[in-house]
Amino acid sequence: MNRPDHDDDRWEVARELALGLQGLRAEPPANLRPAVLERVGLADAFLTVRGPAGPLLIAYNGRGISATAPAADQAAFLERFQARFRRPLRPADRAPQRLVAQVERFLEPGRRGTPPRFDLRGVSAFERAVLAKAQEIPRGEVRPYAWVAGELGQQAAVRAVGAALGRNPIPVLIPCHRVVGSDGRLTGYAWGVPYKRTLLAAEGADPAGLELLGRRGTRFLGSDTTRVYCYPTCHNARRITDPHQVRFRGAGEAGRAGYRPCLDCRPPSAGG
Amino acid sequence: MFKPVMDTQQELPARLARDLDGAFEALVGDHERLVFGLALRVVGNPADAEEVAQDTFERAYNALAGYPAERVAAMRLRPWLAQIALNLARNRLRRRPPPTRPLEDGDGGLPMLAAPAASEPAEVAERGQERDFWAELLACLPRGYREAVVLRHVEGLPYAEVAEILDRPVGTVKTHVHRGVRLLRVELEARKERMQP
Repeated sequence: MNRPDHDDDRWEVARELALGLQGLRAEPPANLRPAVLERVGLADAFLTVRGPAGPLLIAYNGRGISATAPAADQAAFLERFQARFRRPLRPADRAPQRLVAQVERFLEPGRRGTPPRFDLRGVSAFERAVLAKAQEIPRGEVRPYAWVAGELGQQAAVRAVGAALGRNPIPVLIPCHRVVGSDGRLTGYAWGVPYKRTLLAAEGADPAGLELLGRRGTRFLGSDTTRVYCYPTCHNARRITDPHQVRFRGAGEAGRAGYRPCLDCRPPSAGG
Repeated sequence: MFKPVMDTQQELPARLARDLDGAFEALVGDHERLVFGLALRVVGNPADAEEVAQDTFERAYNALAGYPAERVAAMRLRPWLAQIALNLARNRLRRRPPPTRPLEDGDGGLPMLAAPAASEPAEVAERGQERDFWAELLACLPRGYREAVVLRHVEGLPYAEVAEILDRPVGTVKTHVHRGVRLLRVELEARKERMQP
């Protein structure tokens, strides 16, 4: 038997159901879009970590760390970042603990954490090669610009090496501060030479002693027992006791004295 | 010159093919509501749904970056993204199933609804409570029915596209939607009867 009021009820229920289901269309959280863009590397977030020479701003995206700056310099950092990378940069809404821990462990003196991933898009192949060389220099040691050029097989490219290091987007984490003048002078640093000095001192490189040595004309230190010569900050050079230490003004002098270059710090050989 | 809104949507694959990085934000903007909404209805909570949505777009970006331009230009983005989202949401659910039990014919009632927090303004609380009610009702459907009902009646997609996303014949999808809706209606009526004085 037909019961119209029952049908009305059922229609009413169906309508209510349809409206209820439509009401479930959900708005995505406001954070979704920026978070996605950061993950694929079309935008970056930044946070502050403890650095060896004071707090450090670190910009990052899903591809890796993209830039660093001294924390005192935030406004200028945002401006420079925009100008160079043309991507949005915002404060991290929740600091990724893994990244912070990894960076701080990497920077901690006396420890050898694995380096974090770097986002080096926009850095040329030559610049990457230069930065990779800088990363080979152990903490507490320095090498001249000419060494980097020589290692890359481009002895004449000393100025280009300097320019590439000056464009390092990730100072401190990529240690361009470990590259100095051939005479030990701390020439040039994007964040100022005093910052470079503080960094090197924090790493135990004794920049003042190095400059003094350079002013006196010493380029290499040799050991009269092993008859090997090194850059002055090489860990092998530091093991030479004073009575056995020999100072050289150049590779030629060392070579003529019958010394060979150290295989670790790889100073130029007498012939080259 | 003035262009209708639909035009830009049809252009998106072509723009992505030309300049993925330049057009990708538009892809996210156009589809984030569907992707997040779909994930939310499958995994059941906003935090997991947000992660599924992020994963979806990240996968989409990586895939698009690897496809030849002609392929990108010819893509049907909405069903493609919905499929990725659905797969990722199902995978997450498999790892961590929600605490609700499926609704079956003759099943008694629905899980109790949580009372809203006391600090919420009454209106927001009421709206939230109502959404919770429908969400829980929907969550009790068997998964196959639920996905079809969500795509058709929550997201309002045409049957042909629902079928494409679920990779099933249109007829099957229609059956699943109808059965799902019938289960919901029966349950809703039962609830209403229980609420009568």
